[in-house]
Amino acid sequence: MFDDSNIIVGLEIGTSKVCAVVGEQAADGALNIIGLGQGRSRGVRKGEIVDPKQAEEDVRNAIVEAESMAGAEISSVYLGVTGGHIRGFNNRGVHPVVSADREISDDDVQDVVKNAKAINLPAENNIVHAIRQHFFVDGQDGITNPVGMLGSRLEVDVHVVHGNTNRLQNPIRLVKGFQIQVNEIVFNGLAASLALLSNEQKELGALVVDIGGGTTDYVVYLDGVIKHTGVLAIGGDHVSNDLAYGLKVPLSRAEKLKLEHGSAIVDEAAQGRAVTFTNELGLPIKTISVGHLQRIMSLRLEEIFQFIAQDLEQAGLCDYLRAGVFLTGGCARVPHIAKLAEPVLQMPVSIGQTNSISGLKSALDQPEFAAAIGLVKFGSFKTRKRDGKSSLAQGIKGAISSLLRRS
Amino acid sequence: MKTKSETPGAIPEAASKPAVKIFGVGGAGVALLDVLNAEEFSGAGFVAINTDAASLSASSATVKIHLETKLLRGLGTGGDPERGRALAEEQFSTLKSACDGANVVLLIAGLGGGAGSGISPVLARAAKETGALVLAFVTLPFVCEGNRRQQQAQQGLEQLKSVADGVICLPNQKTFKLIDENTSVLDTFRITGGLLVEGVRGVWRLLTRPGLIQIHFDDLCALVRDRHSENAFAFVEASGPARSREAVEKLLAHPLLDEGRALTDADAVLVSLMGGKDLTMADVSRVMEQIGRYCERAQIIMGAAVDAEMKGRLSVTLIAGRNAAKAEAPAHLPDSVASLETVPRSAARQTSPPSLSLKQREQMPARYSGRARRAGNKLLQTQLPLAIISKGRFDKSEPTIHKGEDLDIPTYVRRGVSLN
Repeated sequence: MFDDSNIIVGLEIGTSKVCAVVGEQAADGALNIIGLGQGRSRGVRKGEIVDPKQAEEDVRNAIVEAESMAGAEISSVYLGVTGGHIRGFNNRGVHPVVSADREISDDDVQDVVKNAKAINLPAENNIVHAIRQHFFVDGQDGITNPVGMLGSRLEVDVHVVHGNTNRLQNPIRLVKGFQIQVNEIVFNGLAASLALLSNEQKELGALVVDIGGGTTDYVVYLDGVIKHTGVLAIGGDHVSNDLAYGLKVPLSRAEKLKLEHGSAIVDEAAQGRAVTFTNELGLPIKTISVGHLQRIMSLRLEEIFQFIAQDLEQAGLCDYLRAGVFLTGGCARVPHIAKLAEPVLQMPVSIGQTNSISGLKSALDQPEFAAAIGLVKFGSFKTRKRDGKSSLAQGIKGAISSLLRRS
Repeated sequence: MKTKSETPGAIPEAASKPAVKIFGVGGAGVALLDVLNAEEFSGAGFVAINTDAASLSASSATVKIHLETKLLRGLGTGGDPERGRALAEEQFSTLKSACDGANVVLLIAGLGGGAGSGISPVLARAAKETGALVLAFVTLPFVCEGNRRQQQAQQGLEQLKSVADGVICLPNQKTFKLIDENTSVLDTFRITGGLLVEGVRGVWRLLTRPGLIQIHFDDLCALVRDRHSENAFAFVEASGPARSREAVEKLLAHPLLDEGRALTDADAVLVSLMGGKDLTMADVSRVMEQIGRYCERAQIIMGAAVDAEMKGRLSVTLIAGRNAAKAEAPAHLPDSVASLETVPRSAARQTSPPSLSLKQREQMPARYSGRARRAGNKLLQTQLPLAIISKGRFDKSEPTIHKGEDLDIPTYVRRGVSLN
């Protein structure tokens, strides 16, 4: 009767494509992807909506496609957000344990997290995530769950991801326009990392770089928790634009050239090779050098990794990431990109695989869908948590409210 | 000394002294040369080399070499090391003949600009070819002088290191610790220049004064060769009865030694003491013991000399070769022109090749002024629509600014990589 309630939908309104992934959570918690809808995105630049009309149409198409494929109605989504305005930093909250027996209770934990979230943000900014890292009890490090421990002073580190409120609201409003509820907004980089990394890799320390169409999102895990996040408003769009500018061809042609002849490092074989376009009559209209094309691409992609490397160096995280770097997003398809990134980041680099989830194989193998799949996974964590907590009364309340919501 | 036996004819009457020529290259080098010239360096040949006629005419050096072609129209290199290098290559024979007759060439330059970074490596090579030992004293630009100068300086340093026997390098930024806030720009440069001059003087004394415990020039070269760019050096002087203690204190407080940290990191340290006839063994041992305590793992080369003029005074010259650099493979560049351009990959990544076509160079100022300022500045100056590079599909969107660079402009354009 309430079978829709275990449907979890991730929606990513990306710069080059809109993508909706429908997942089904079985009673035992296993997650299965049952539907996928995607379409070209035209109203988005650098991860943010610039043309709501166009974007609306594209999102509608994607959702309709996903619904028909999954055979289920989508009533709520987990929405991925990104954009150059999103920032992440670490903050620490402190809370004195006041109870007589000095035992740390659930309330204390909630208080300390609340304190950690109370930070000075610019007025127009809003918190997207406040992710717990580790607790400290009386200065003792590395405690994951302090409830039941004794102590007088409880501290917690949180990683706060925040962004400009208005710019975060744009996609939410758009989705709500379809009478679809937004359960939560999730930073795309975080979502991608959820899809790619196993717990072991998070523990060892890993960097996930999602190079999408308009933005590059990256997340650093260390000791099982998120230590660092970042967004660069550069992506595959920039590569195409560079090519269009450098080779003096229209953008659509540049896009096609990128897919056909692109490479992250300049091939020896490509040096001096030329490609000629012909018009509809078969007459040659332009010749471009593949060597130039790859050089332009290589420089742009290398620069992205250089920025990330600089940022990590500043954060002092470079030497701790033992599981290495995982690339995803559309640009992870560029040939030899791992080979380009390795010397820049000075870590082993591989293309991430979404192997922690089952279902449509066609969807899972594509790096472009990592973020959307991660959104579903994020949703499954949230619902599982909620289920675990729900008492009978809450269960009934939930059932009624979901009934009301459906009608 | 080995060097002397190689070129016996070139030694002047004083058999104990090697023939030294001191070269000042570029604006900074020529200016520093003047400071040296005014002091006690008798017997050394002074040569000033620059592309800028005005700076040369003000110089008091005995030999002046003006490098110029029609291309420059009597002006400088415009801050482009490539031009400086090309120019020096062109006049290679002139440079070589200037180095003739010297056993030791000391090269002084400020890296970062066109002449210093471009000419010095070529000059060092010319000097090597005449059989002289080459030791370069260079400054790196202040951080505030901008990225491009830093990169050029690094590149110049890399090239210099591969040809010179030794490079002693003073990053100007470090002298910030020496000066207070009210120091004028003029004084700041005088201080940084003074530090370099002290280094030269220390080496000069090492080479020319008779030593009780002699340090050979080979020892010096072995120490500075193939090390990291930051061979730390310090020169201190103290006088009075407690001079040995004072000298050590001054050394440890020396900003260029990072409060003694450079000593702890060092894997080879050269110490040269000089005192009057009253220099006691206790003085020597006290200084060496203190220094030795700081660098237990390091190989210490020690020298001591006596100079009648130094009565009651003690001067200590210390050069410390840094440890970390050992892992770094020395940039090995053969002597051909073409290969000078190939910088090792690690360096090339940090230093984008500053080879712009002339047309792009003309566009440069316009492009920089076309950059959008960071929002939030209250006095926001509106910008003229001078952007020559169209931003294509990002024309209407918010620019992506990272450290003042507009990332929407293609990377290869910003880095000045020319296709073809």
